[in-house]
Amino acid sequence: MNIEFVLNGRRVSAAADADDSLYKVLRGLGMYSVKCGCETTNCGLCTVHMDGRAVLSCSVPAARCAGHEITTLEGMQEEARRLGACLAGEGAEQCGYCAPGLMMNVFALAKENPHATDAEIDAFLAGNLCRCSGYVSQRKAIKTYLGMVCGEVRA
Amino acid sequence: MAKYKNYVVAQSLEEAYALNAKKSSVIVAGNMWLRMCGLNKQTAIDLSALGLDRIEETEDAFVIGSMAVLRSLETHEALNAAFGGVFRDALAPIVGTQFRNTATVGGSVYSRFGFSDVSALLLALHAQVLLYKRGAVSLSDYQKETWDRDIITHIRIPKGQRAAVRSVRVSETDIPVLVCAASVSGEGLRLVLGARPARAQIVAEHLAPDCGEETFEEIAAKTAFGGNLRASEAYRRKIAPVLMMRAAKACREVAQK
Repeated sequence: MNIEFVLNGRRVSAAADADDSLYKVLRGLGMYSVKCGCETTNCGLCTVHMDGRAVLSCSVPAARCAGHEITTLEGMQEEARRLGACLAGEGAEQCGYCAPGLMMNVFALAKENPHATDAEIDAFLAGNLCRCSGYVSQRKAIKTYLGMVCGEVRA
Repeated sequence: MAKYKNYVVAQSLEEAYALNAKKSSVIVAGNMWLRMCGLNKQTAIDLSALGLDRIEETEDAFVIGSMAVLRSLETHEALNAAFGGVFRDALAPIVGTQFRNTATVGGSVYSRFGFSDVSALLLALHAQVLLYKRGAVSLSDYQKETWDRDIITHIRIPKGQRAAVRSVRVSETDIPVLVCAASVSGEGLRLVLGARPARAQIVAEHLAPDCGEETFEEIAAKTAFGGNLRASEAYRRKIAPVLMMRAAKACREVAQK
């Protein structure tokens, strides 16, 4: 089948099998920021936005995306640079494999609750696993980024 | 991973029902668990174009479309206000935000997962399952049935209740080791145990909301538990009275607000 949807603001058309996931189609379209980690909907690496909501692209059927808006990190480069700088500033990453999925979920958090407390940040990002960082420095970086979004300085 | 030959986005419930009459078809809801089941089906039926993702409030109930995602229940202000915030508290521990943005209430209810937080909560809240052909069936009856070919269109939850959920997990966001949902309504206190690890089950109802500790011990003694990788049967039996006591206490506190 052929699926038409809006990818990062541009209308695209992609061939897909009936049982293909959105993840597979996005990789086929060259969206290499979208990673596959667990394939059991637990790790958050494959997070993209579907109509503005963060979803796990490994579990979304590709065919369901017809007519919808999909956004990957490739479509949010300016925001990625800002958040990336915050993560780098806190030394919040080692291998960086989880970063695209984490960033996409942070963007969803920034949209929904830019004044999130530590507990709210932890709860919102509980579905993004990182085996390197231990999360503390990630949270610091995210607070700094949310502060930039709100125009506040957050310790 | 699940294999399908065709993927049909149904344009009507009638079409979905006709397609689903064949055993070679399967309805795809959130696709979180289904995709990992290794199914090999001719046709996958998608209900996402049928407007079944809405949450509507009537005079005496909330009617939730079967394709409503768990996150929409968690963040729905009126729904949480009506039931003391229990949807926010009970659903937040389920995996992660992205997961709950995709997993649907209908998928959870239809599948009767033995680990389900959702089924336990809805059972406590006297929910009804609205099926396309059969009409309204109480969730407590539906839970006991085998999987059939009818389609869940909505879940109806009567107002006038307060509920609370308590669970034990090996790690945060994991499947629960045991979950207890309690509700207080005009009919008294209802207690549900889920992740026993069998299907969620009403273990007591019409209790006095302030019943004592010995009541929970008695209920646990009469309830069937099992063991799996997460916990033994003996462990579940031991923690069950404590969870029931905490859920009942939390429920009383919410009801007094």
